[in-house]
Amino acid sequence: MNRFSACAVVGLGLLAAPFATPSTAGTASAAKQTLQVFAAASLSEAFRELAHGLEAARPGLTVRISLAGTQQLVAQLEQGAVADVLASADERWMSYAKAQGLVSGEPVTFARNRLVVIVPKSNPARIGKLQDLSRGGVKIVIASDAVPVGHYSRTVFRNLSRAEGFPSDFATRALRNVVSEEENVKSVVSKVQLGEADAALVYRSDVTPAVARYVRLFEIPDSANVIASYPIALLKDGPAHDAAKAFIDLVLSADGQRVLEQHGLMPVAANAP
Amino acid sequence: MATPAVVSARRTRPSLLTLGAWVVGALLIAFLALPFVALVLRITPRELVARLSSPAVIEALRLSVLTSLAATVTVALLGVPVAWLLATRDFPGKRVFEVLVDLPMVLPPTVAGFALLMAFGRAGLAGRALGAFGLSLPFTTAGVIVAQVFMAVPFMVGPARASFSSLDPKLLDAAATLGARETFTFFRVALPLAIPGIVAGIAMSASRALGEFGATITFAGNLPGSTQTMPLAVYVALQSDLDAAVALSVLLLLMAFGLLLGLRAAPVGSFWGSRARAAAR
Repeated sequence: MNRFSACAVVGLGLLAAPFATPSTAGTASAAKQTLQVFAAASLSEAFRELAHGLEAARPGLTVRISLAGTQQLVAQLEQGAVADVLASADERWMSYAKAQGLVSGEPVTFARNRLVVIVPKSNPARIGKLQDLSRGGVKIVIASDAVPVGHYSRTVFRNLSRAEGFPSDFATRALRNVVSEEENVKSVVSKVQLGEADAALVYRSDVTPAVARYVRLFEIPDSANVIASYPIALLKDGPAHDAAKAFIDLVLSADGQRVLEQHGLMPVAANAP
Repeated sequence: MATPAVVSARRTRPSLLTLGAWVVGALLIAFLALPFVALVLRITPRELVARLSSPAVIEALRLSVLTSLAATVTVALLGVPVAWLLATRDFPGKRVFEVLVDLPMVLPPTVAGFALLMAFGRAGLAGRALGAFGLSLPFTTAGVIVAQVFMAVPFMVGPARASFSSLDPKLLDAAATLGARETFTFFRVALPLAIPGIVAGIAMSASRALGEFGATITFAGNLPGSTQTMPLAVYVALQSDLDAAVALSVLLLLMAFGLLLGLRAAPVGSFWGSRARAAAR
């Protein structure tokens, strides 16, 4: 092998090295540590704030939060992604992760969330009440069935079909109005925020102040609503075990629960501030 | 400068440079082929066939073929005249125009999809005007085609332009001196001679349209039967049904491979080329 090709091979190796082994850099020195949190997209704002809190309390610690639809996070973990904490938007995917041997210990429910209907401020389809969602031609966007919120949305439609004042074929007609099944709740929100969809089902916590400027919100009666439970758990293969425990403790603490509540989530009763 | 170097390399021993290039080449081939091989090995042919005959897959396949075909025809009709203009004419703002044509190639597809929403979405710049005519692109199959066209344009214009640029001006001059009008020269001489580049552009833009994901899901959304093309179906399946995702991926891989291989095997270039040269004479 001559110099040119040797250089090329070494060059390729150097290029690839930092990407191939990201975790060794984090564990090499004890002072600097990285905590990798996989969290449901609906937790974005609350978890970012909690992460900053933990970073401030533990110098040298960097908290990296990967936000996506829970189903996508679990799929990544199954394919060998390394993380320390999983915060899921439903129990279905958490039990699945547990059955796959990804989780260490018992998952703990740390928050609840409820669904709401949002429409653009301009309200192009003139939605005035939930019943209007089944009117022909209304463009509804929900998440796909694999996404926790998408699964809940379908349940809400079915519940409303049985509710007083709603036609019994409400669910069928509302589902016929669905024009797109998004892959996480934030994409659902953006379709309404941009005014492309007439209505969407999202979590209450997704209507952040930034979003609220663009949308109008309709509450779903408790009797027909789904209350989502958010479990959190340590992951078996995570290298930053202590920091992961500290993060979960923070989430469950009175302070943590207050942060969650400020971001539109419902604190769990036992730890409620 | 390049030529003397090559000559001297040939005069010395069948060189270390060649050897090195082969080694690098082998590494690159392995790097490119391994993921595809791994993908194909994940599934047995029987399982592949069984998976692919499911209604959901056939629906995604039908939609993918339909949309990428429509997108490719559109891109060819729009791209060939533009390629010819860029190859043969100078005009003010040409640089900017060239950059615009190339932009979709480097832009992250999600950004392209978002920009398309800003332009052709219901609340978008042009979208509001379309809405006045009762036309709405987001969440429709037409929207999928628009996203694919947007992303595929540079892949059509690039090779076609190179073909037009490399035409022997003498042939065109000959046609002109023999009294042929520009239109005649274009259709009987320039276009047939540029066929290799045009066909390459068609195959590449078809492959690009077939594989388009980010702009589609952002601009047109994701609904089985109307906007969920194969790449979107793969993405959705990856999160819920891994085997289905593998089957769909293998099918996409085979289609793209077939398209590009077919392009290289096809004798269209020489056939049209010889006819055009005859016509020029």
